Order: sequence, then structure tokens, then C-alpha cells
Amino acid sequence: MYDVVIIGAGVVGGMLARTLSAYDLKICILEKENDVAMGASKANSGIVHAGFDAKENSLKAKLNVRGAELMPQIAEELGVKYKNNGSLVVGFNDEDVKTIKELYDRGCKNGVRRLRIIDQDELHELEPNISDKAICALHAPTGAIICPYELTIAAIGNAMDNGAELKLNFEVKKIQEHDGYWEIASDKDTVMSHYVVNAAGQYSDAVAKIIGDNSFTVHPRKGEYILLDKECGGLVSHTVFRTPTAMGKGILVSPTVDGNLLVGPTSEDISDKDETSTTIEGFRKLFDADTVKNIPFNKTITSFCGLRSVGSTGDFIISSIKRGFISAGGIESPGLSASPAIAEEIIDMLGVHGLVLCKKNDYNPYRRTAHWFREASVAAKNATIAQNHAYGRVICRCETVTEGEIIEAIHTNPGARDLDGIKRRTRAQMGRCQGGFCMPAIMRILSRELDIPYESISKSGGGSDVICGRTKETL
Amino acid sequence: MTDLVIIGGGPAGMSAALAAYESGIRDILILERDAALGGILQQCIHNGFGLHKFGQELTGPEYAWKYEKRVHELGIPYKLNTMVLDITYNKVITATNAEDGMFEIKAKAIILAMGCRERPKGALNIAGTRPAGIYSAGTAQKLVNIEGYMPGKNVVILGSGDIGLIMARRMTLEGAKVQAVCELMPYSGGLARNIEQCLNDFNIPLKLSHTVIEIHGKERLSGVTIAKVDDRRKPIMSTAEYIPCDTLLLSVGLIPENELSKSADIELSSVTGGAVVDQDRQTSVSGIFACGNVLHVHDLVDFVSDEAEIAGKCAAEYINGEKCSNISVNLKTDGRIRYTVPQRITQKKDITVYFRVSDVFRNVRINIKNGDKTVFSKKKNKVAPGEMESIQLKAELLDGVSELNLELEEV
Repeated sequence: MYDVVIIGAGVVGGMLARTLSAYDLKICILEKENDVAMGASKANSGIVHAGFDAKENSLKAKLNVRGAELMPQIAEELGVKYKNNGSLVVGFNDEDVKTIKELYDRGCKNGVRRLRIIDQDELHELEPNISDKAICALHAPTGAIICPYELTIAAIGNAMDNGAELKLNFEVKKIQEHDGYWEIASDKDTVMSHYVVNAAGQYSDAVAKIIGDNSFTVHPRKGEYILLDKECGGLVSHTVFRTPTAMGKGILVSPTVDGNLLVGPTSEDISDKDETSTTIEGFRKLFDADTVKNIPFNKTITSFCGLRSVGSTGDFIISSIKRGFISAGGIESPGLSASPAIAEEIIDMLGVHGLVLCKKNDYNPYRRTAHWFREASVAAKNATIAQNHAYGRVICRCETVTEGEIIEAIHTNPGARDLDGIKRRTRAQMGRCQGGFCMPAIMRILSRELDIPYESISKSGGGSDVICGRTKETL
Repeated sequence: MTDLVIIGGGPAGMSAALAAYESGIRDILILERDAALGGILQQCIHNGFGLHKFGQELTGPEYAWKYEKRVHELGIPYKLNTMVLDITYNKVITATNAEDGMFEIKAKAIILAMGCRERPKGALNIAGTRPAGIYSAGTAQKLVNIEGYMPGKNVVILGSGDIGLIMARRMTLEGAKVQAVCELMPYSGGLARNIEQCLNDFNIPLKLSHTVIEIHGKERLSGVTIAKVDDRRKPIMSTAEYIPCDTLLLSVGLIPENELSKSADIELSSVTGGAVVDQDRQTSVSGIFACGNVLHVHDLVDFVSDEAEIAGKCAAEYINGEKCSNISVNLKTDGRIRYTVPQRITQKKDITVYFRVSDVFRNVRINIKNGDKTVFSKKKNKVAPGEMESIQLKAELLDGVSELNLELEEV
């Protein structure tokens, strides 16, 4: 019997698990995929928003500002890259100037600090590659960037280090209410818990429906992105937004914490909750991004698509219709920024429902950064290599990732189990050749370390097998 | 201080090392990132290597062994599983491996022989999903020939580069069904003999002016949509055709791997992706030479060996203080000739100039012009982007000029 079961290993579930793991509680996270951070948390803009976007007095506004405040320390504790690069909302016409003024006022009401409106000259001085047609901008120095899946992986890893359990490939099919506890079942497994938090992202409405909660729905809004080579990462230093419209914040151009350049997202409401394909129309819209001059799209490394969970109320939904069962839905942007505060909000609510919180003595908020070897001095690297030769064998040439780091990613909570899992934890296969050289070597390491056959290695779990058998077998 | 450090122990690196040795250099070190010498030839188990160099049809490993054997016989030192992380302008090399950890070597001369990598799918901006089952042709070749596993059974190949053509045959021989090879351009980028022996002999259709416009499948690839493209290479949507398949192999171009060259501030050509070199294959940084596919992508390994011999011999001259430069002539090209190697000439001697054309042309003259004056002309029945061409430039044509233009004239 668990105290708290969290459905969904995205950034909301992960941040909640980590915050709860500071208390004397038995926690389990259920995830339907083969890894954590497989939904919106792996494919979004990676922005810690300053907090001027959301309407004043909304949950989005409150939790964004609070979450953004908490984020630097959390990133520090989890060893996650976080860069306070500031953001710019760029205006091109009188309409935009009006909106920027509104955003400024709203930001001030929301409690965003150091906001200011800058003119064309200062804008071009800050960002020489910004469009010549831009006439002004809202400058938010508190805006920051973070890697969303790195944050999620680290939060869940830290929760696990502090005792939380993670069950992968657990797709919740049935939830039954008993006297004082809940029974949650997949096709293969059942767990029981006093409290349940539904953080199932795109499927949070479906999970809520299982217990008869039809109070909200969530629909997907597609966002396509193009990621450019690291040699383009310096094109802009700030996150550059276009002035927003009814459909969202528009296409942004931003450096990533790893030094690439990100252009996106598009915005298209769809109905299929698993439809993450990129489209020719999407590429066209991205190629037309006009806030920044001369974006070198010929340096594209990859393109991808994420789905925002747009809730039916227009605000974040954190609600409960039955004692001991809380749902978090509609956590679209600024969900990543707000995630630490969403966790606090849910924990407050769990307290109201009767969950007793006793601080653990041995709680450790720190997680060794996944970048420790990369960032070590030459002397420290050599000391490590002398003890463990695997750190001297470079497997991924483009991103310089060693066998030692890959083995570590497999055996550090939450351990990587497939090729994409290695990619998100180490950046191996994420560089210019996209795994062309190192994929077979990584498959060997996965096979050896997990003691599973080479043939069973997948790209990302399920039926995503990389190979179909031995040679000569098909003859 | 090491006399000569060679980065890469593939065909270019080994050939350069042997040439430098034969020119009297003994203090040589080859740094190779893989677990064995031989580079990409190790996985090229098909034949057709060595026709020019040895008059024999060898497999890739056989060709590589001819060089590796000599490296062993002469006792030329090499380090395997060693990744070079950085090169400076001053020829300080930082590398790492399991035994030595991270270490630095100062070299009198460096030969860059890192080879090239395949252009990945991500760079193409193909619409659709991102399932398993999409590999570059070289990755598939490694899986099949080295690892002994089949990446799939029902294959479409995008791009008709030589590795794609070779893999069309290889997958067929292993029992897979190769449905089509789609090529964006109206001609193949591969060798004519590979089209014949790898596609035509196995009735695999080559669809010129076709590309993949969408990828389908959630977990594993379930199919691709292909379409014909117009003369501006834009897909014609009315010709879209869905092909069910579980594997998509990409052979859409090779990119010289010059990240290290950039760290040493070496001037690179935007056309070849490799260094700008003189007739000795010396880059813009004195004492750093480049050869093989890191310099420009070759069709035949035989030519790689030839080029590496020049680099090895001239690096030896540089180390011995014998390399002289007495002229400065830039070789320019028109649009029909994409590039030349070398791009500049610094010494008055007879030189073979290699070049590649931008399209298929028939009945042409290759002209070398000094201003408006044609100083050399040679007739060719057919030239194609997939086959490297060369001309002999006589020393006397270099007298008193600063620039020569290489032009292609249709007659």
C-alpha cells in the first residue's frame, strides 16, 4: 500500500514526486511509456517564463511566477543546466506596441520583477541579429531557459534516490475506490494507494473520467520545432518571442542550454492525442519566422513536434471531486515554469484531504549532475579514467560522450532502457550525425548492461525495435 | 615533440603515414578513434576496390590490409580507441583514450585524415513521425556486415549515393525486399558501375527526380510517401504515392568531418566542406595537411590513397624544411565546375587538378583560362557529379599568373 501514487512521469508528476519524497511517504509513479518525460515534457520550448503572459489572478499567473522563482535553486540541487538569458517580446507595429504595453502592465501586476519596454536602438544593441523591422520590445531579464526532459529525469531520479518507486509501461486502465484507499490497475499489474494524483498530461481527462470526473477535458495543440546545429546557437542570446496572439506566444527563436538554436513552435489544434508528426506546412511556418534575421535553416539537425495539453477552462486545472484523488490537467505553457509551484499547490490540497506530512531526516535534495564528467578538470578526468577505463572510451564522437557516461545513464535513477533514453540523458546520438556512427555501439552497451539480447533493444520501447533479426535468417 | 601526427587510421591516414615513412620520417603517430585500423573500409565487404591502384578487384578489408600490413611491417606507431578532442593552430593535439587518459602531443606537422560522416535524416526536414527503422545507409551497412543483424526486411532507399546503391544490393542478398531507390536529382550521385551492378542486376527501380515527402508509423516505420519533384526540386503533390515498408535507408550525402579543423582555425571551403589546400594538400595553417574524405568526398578509395601519398610526402618535406613556395596562383571555377582540389598553387611544378561538376554534361571541353585567354583545353564525352575528373596542369602555365579559371564549355 502506497501513501501516494502519481499517474504520469512528466514534469508535473516528477516535480511532485520529488517534493513529496522529502516527507516520510511511500510514493509510486506510474508511467505508460518505457521512459519518463515522454509526453509534453520532452518536446517543448524549454523556457522558464518570467510570468507576464498569464492573466492576473489566474492559477497560471500565480504558479508561473512562484515556479520561476523556485526554479534556479531546484536546477542547482538537481544539477540541471539552467540559464538566465532573459527574454524579449518583439513588436513590429502599433498593434504590437499596444499588446506589449498590456503585457508590461500585466507582468507588473503578476509580480514579475525588472520588466521594461525598450526601443529599437536598445533592442538592436542587445540582439544585433533581430529583424530590422522590429520597433520595440518587452525585455524580461528574469526569463530563463532549461532543458525540460533533463529537469524531469533529474527530478524523478532524485525522488527515486529518496525512496520513490517508478513503474514504467504501466498504463492505467482501471481505478477503483475502496474504503480509504484506491486500487489502480493496468492490464498486467495492480497497485494500491491512499492518495492518487492524476498528472497524466494529455490523458489527464481520460484518467479523471475513470473515476467519474467529467469536469474538464484536455485537447492537444501541436507545436512543431526545428533544432539547429550548435554553431548557430549564438545567433541570439535572449529568447525572442513575437508579440502574442490568441493562438499563443507565436514562434520563438532561442538558444538552448546545450548551445543549439531552437525555432518553434507552430500552433495547431488537433484531436488525436498521439499525433506528433511534423508537416510541410509546419516547416513553412517555421521558415517564415521573422523576428530574427538570416536563420540558417540549412544547419538543421532535426525537427520534432510536441503536444501542449490545452485545458477546457483556459487555466491550469488542479481539482478534485473525490476525497484522496486529485487531478492536474490543462498544464500547457507555462507548465514547465510553474511545475515546482504546481507540486506545492497539489501538496497543499493533499494536506486538506488528510495526507500527513512528516519531514524525513535523511532526505537529500541533491543529485549528482549528469554533466559531472564533462565539466571536470583534465586532472579529475584522468583520475576517473585511471579508475574506470570506460570514461576514456569516446562512443559518441559528435557530442564527445564516453562509455562511462552511457553506463552511468543506464544505472542511475531513472535508468535509461532504450536508445532514446540514452540520448536524452547523455546527448549521445544527439549531435550532427544523429547516431549514425555510435548507435550500434550504444546498442551493445545497453544489451550488456541490462543483460538483454541485442535484438530486443528498442528506440523508445513498445514496438520500436531497431533490428528485425540476425542476418541469413530472412533468407 | 612528435614529427608527424596523423589523425585517422583509415585508408587516407595509413597511406599518408606510409608515404611520410618512405620520405624518411620515422617519428610518426597515427591516432585512430575506432578499435582497428582501416576506417570505413572495414565494413565495405563488397569488391571493386583497388582497380586503379593495384589492378585487382579487392574487397574493402583486403584493400585496407595491404596498407595495414605495411604499417605493421614498418613498425609505424598508432593508438587505437583514441579520440582527438582538439587541435590548435600551433599544432598541439589533445586526445583521450582508456589507457593514457587525456593527453597532449605537440607535433611538427599534422595530417588530417578523419574522413566524413553521412548526412542524417534530421537535416532533410522530411515531414511525418519519428519511428524506429530509419538509418543512414552506412549505419545499416555496419549493422549487417559487422554486427550481423538485419535492420529490416522491406526497404526503401532515399538517395542514390554509392553506399545507398551498395546497400540496395546487400539487403537484397540478405533476403530483404528493396522496393525502390529514390533520387531527388535527375541523375544519380553514384558511380555508373554501381547503378548497373547493384540496382539493374537485381531489378531494383531507380526513381530519379523523386523524394520521400512523409514518414509514417508510430513505433516502427510503417511506410513512406514518395513523390516526383519538379525542376526546382519541389514535390509535385499529385504524384504522391504511399509505399508500405519497415525500413528507410538514407544515402543523401557525405559531409567531411572538420570540427577539429575549425578548432585549429583552418580555412574551409563552403563547397567541399573540407579545407582549402595547395598542391601539397597543405591547409591554410602551415604544417597542417589534409587528405581523403575529410578534404573532399571521393568516389574511389584508390584516389584517396593517391591524395594521401601527396600529403604524406609533402608533410615529410615540411618537417625536413624542404617545402618551398615560390608562386601564388588561385584556381577559380565557374558554376558548372563545383570545385577543384587543390584550390591554390604555391609551387611551380606539374600538378594534377581534381574537380567535380555540378550536373551531367555531354560533349564538353574543360578549359583553363588566364583572363580571357584559354591556355589549356581538353575534350570529354560525358561528365557527371558522381565521378571525379582530373586534368594535368603543366608547370609552364603557372608562369606569372595569380589566378586561373577552370571552365566547362558545352560544344
